[in-house]
Amino acid sequence: MNLRRDVFQAIADPTRRAILILVATQSMTAGAIAANFDTARPTVSKHLQILTECELLKQEQNGREVHYHLNAKKMKEVADFIEPFRQMWEERFNKLETIMKNYKKK
Amino acid sequence: MERKTKLNAEEGKQDLVITREFDLPLELLFKAYEEPEIVEQWMGTKVLKLENKKHGGWQFETSDAQGNVVFRANGVIHEFVPNQKITRTFEMENSPFEAQIEFFEFEKITEETSRLIMHIVYRSVSLRDQMMKMGFAPGLNMAHNRLQNVVNKLK
Repeated sequence: MNLRRDVFQAIADPTRRAILILVATQSMTAGAIAANFDTARPTVSKHLQILTECELLKQEQNGREVHYHLNAKKMKEVADFIEPFRQMWEERFNKLETIMKNYKKK
Repeated sequence: MERKTKLNAEEGKQDLVITREFDLPLELLFKAYEEPEIVEQWMGTKVLKLENKKHGGWQFETSDAQGNVVFRANGVIHEFVPNQKITRTFEMENSPFEAQIEFFEFEKITEETSRLIMHIVYRSVSLRDQMMKMGFAPGLNMAHNRLQNVVNKLK
């Protein structure tokens, strides 16, 4: 498994999270994104590559420039993974509660 | 609708906390964790072993309708304080996932209500996130199996 392509691995990095927040408001070129960080340009490029590989960012050819924009669909997937897990526990606990209420009546 | 089960999983951290308030006296809530037959009912799994004591072991196994084992997990109990606390490790068998440590704290709210605080610590942030993604997978599996049953009957 290539961990780099894992969405959750991708957002575990603070710089990559900052990039996602930046691009969330408007699509930007790699240069414009890099200008917001003290980090070396190749490092930012590497982060952009990782984010693109895991589909959190999409590239768009705009004349001679390449713009990066947020892939909202993939971002939703990230936000949603916590909710199914919570629901699974909620269902289990609801069941526990029902079973024990009946147990009490015995 | 009010969410009775709260999940707190901060981004970039390797643990998570699940809190739930029950419409049950503390003793009954604890019993649901203590008695193998009751655990089997609400967890939907078979309890192969559950030694409720320090250094005791536990093992759960879940099978599909055809009797194939789809999930097996085990661990060691580190602390067992009736109506208060259970500390245990959890490891999914035949999986690449490493063991996690789980702290269950049981609290009395009123005579008729109680609270469970479940704190799970994983080895890494990515392991936590993967386990959360995987967490509901066995449930999906079972839904799939049920679907399979329905389809088989149609044949």
